[in-house]
Amino acid sequence: MALQKGTVFRYGRDVNTDIIIPARYMSTQDPKELAKYCMEDIDPEFVKNVKPGDIIVAEENFGCGSSREHAPISIKASGITCIIATFFARIFYRNAVNIGLPVFELPSAVENFRMGDQVEYDLEKGWFKNCRTGSQFQAKPFTPEIKEIFDAGGLIELVKQQTGR
Amino acid sequence: MGMTITEKILAAHAGKDTVCAGEIIAAKVDIALGNDITAPIAIREFEQLGVDKVFDPTRIALVPDHFCPNKDIKSAQQAKILRDFSAKYGITHYYDVGEMGVEHALLPEQGVVTSGDLVIGADSHTCTYGALGAFSTGVGSTDLAAAIATGEVWLRVPEAIKFVYKGTLQKYVTAKDLILYTIGDIGVDGALYKTMELTGPVIDRLPMSGRLTMANMAIEAGGKNGIIVPDSVTKEFVEPRSERSPRYFTSDPSASYCMVKEYDVTDMELQVAFPHLPENTRPVSQAGDVRIDQVIIGSCTNGLLDDLRLAASVLKGRRVAKGVRLIVIPATQTIYRQAMHEGLFDIFLDAGAAISTPTCGPCLGGHMGILAEGERAVATTNRNFVGRMGHPKSEVYLSGVPVAAASAVTGKISSPAEL
Repeated sequence: MALQKGTVFRYGRDVNTDIIIPARYMSTQDPKELAKYCMEDIDPEFVKNVKPGDIIVAEENFGCGSSREHAPISIKASGITCIIATFFARIFYRNAVNIGLPVFELPSAVENFRMGDQVEYDLEKGWFKNCRTGSQFQAKPFTPEIKEIFDAGGLIELVKQQTGR
Repeated sequence: MGMTITEKILAAHAGKDTVCAGEIIAAKVDIALGNDITAPIAIREFEQLGVDKVFDPTRIALVPDHFCPNKDIKSAQQAKILRDFSAKYGITHYYDVGEMGVEHALLPEQGVVTSGDLVIGADSHTCTYGALGAFSTGVGSTDLAAAIATGEVWLRVPEAIKFVYKGTLQKYVTAKDLILYTIGDIGVDGALYKTMELTGPVIDRLPMSGRLTMANMAIEAGGKNGIIVPDSVTKEFVEPRSERSPRYFTSDPSASYCMVKEYDVTDMELQVAFPHLPENTRPVSQAGDVRIDQVIIGSCTNGLLDDLRLAASVLKGRRVAKGVRLIVIPATQTIYRQAMHEGLFDIFLDAGAAISTPTCGPCLGGHMGILAEGERAVATTNRNFVGRMGHPKSEVYLSGVPVAAASAVTGKISSPAEL
């Protein structure tokens, strides 16, 4: 995959699914509709400023709380290509993997990036460069089980392949 | 090396003799659960698979409880997706309004989930059924879709933390206080990806209602599952109602735990979790003067009959403070009827409370008690994130039933001892 460039949206710890997408907007499953309200209660500027290719960088326990898949769906539909965090809450991590939204646990990068930094990255390689500091970061490869899901394009596509449909 | 109860249940469902922490397995699912928020996405994904039947129509539970009875046209459309899907595929455990209850109260009550089961649910509080000695965990809609089609789920075998509760609970101190205290101690990520195995003489003496409360909130510490090894309390609960044979697993004495936490609960006070994380716990005596606008008694955490009885014991002969709205939500139709028969409704109504039909409603800011800007609620629910019960500038304080009921009477966060 070619190199990509984008802007970093940087958040703190325990970013929960209620603030990623509040329940008051969950009467729909339409990704574009959900994306309109993504991060509204933590950063009302997010939807105004986010562009395709941007990434989210956050601290510990990103995505804690509810199992609502609306959270990673709204992030993905907003144009965000991946999330870097110190670590993720487990249901959010599963959901992101299952819908094909790459998630990287990369504490050193979390420390380095600030809100608004420009980032150059290669999703395939899990490689990131902070254009402000010049620092480069390499994520650990995914486990074979998780890579299989990403390579298929998500869990539904993988199940389709496995059931021969 | 021995195995924990969680490892044994996972091994049994993966067709293996043993599993160990860190291993990724494909496991057979006994029950796959969804609600009116999460199942519509799962159903859409399921339909993309192009399969013409579900893995087993008797092993799928669909409970429209979050925004139901339908709060608006959009929620009505979502609930209809579940209704239509259930009719099309002959889903036996579909509960419409009139039978519906809060899912995690309903499924144990109806015997749909039982000891030794492996349950996944597209709802984070699916971990509740660990109280029965089942492995149950929350997943997302796509996992649910795959499980509806295949009857399987991929799982990483979790490391386990053993929690040992010793001593004697003081009057009004409940299971909710134990779990809030624990989350306050270890933090909202203190059990991330891990099993919380709840043990000790205090747990042994807890009724099933309290066990369900504790397992329910394992997710608030990031836990994959909470679990209690079945005993006579479990057997008395599951055997008269289980639609399938329960299987009782135990943890081996030589099982491996990554951490052991011991608590002596004898001096434990009633707990309150302040905004905006369940880990922000304080003893009620240190709550200070926090004026409130609303109290919710209900939810999958504290909406069972024992909870309503406890609320009534505090509210009997008392009135809700002027300016405070008290909303009581029995978690299921059965609980609703029993509470009515026992005269609890008269006590609530005399106190000035509103009684709601079963729904998750206000817990997630859906309906039936949304907070305005600047308002504060004491709730027996499980989350107090920013905007959880309404306006982003409202506040939720989590507590057990006695503090919630007493606070409704005084109009500020209070212990029943202050009444």
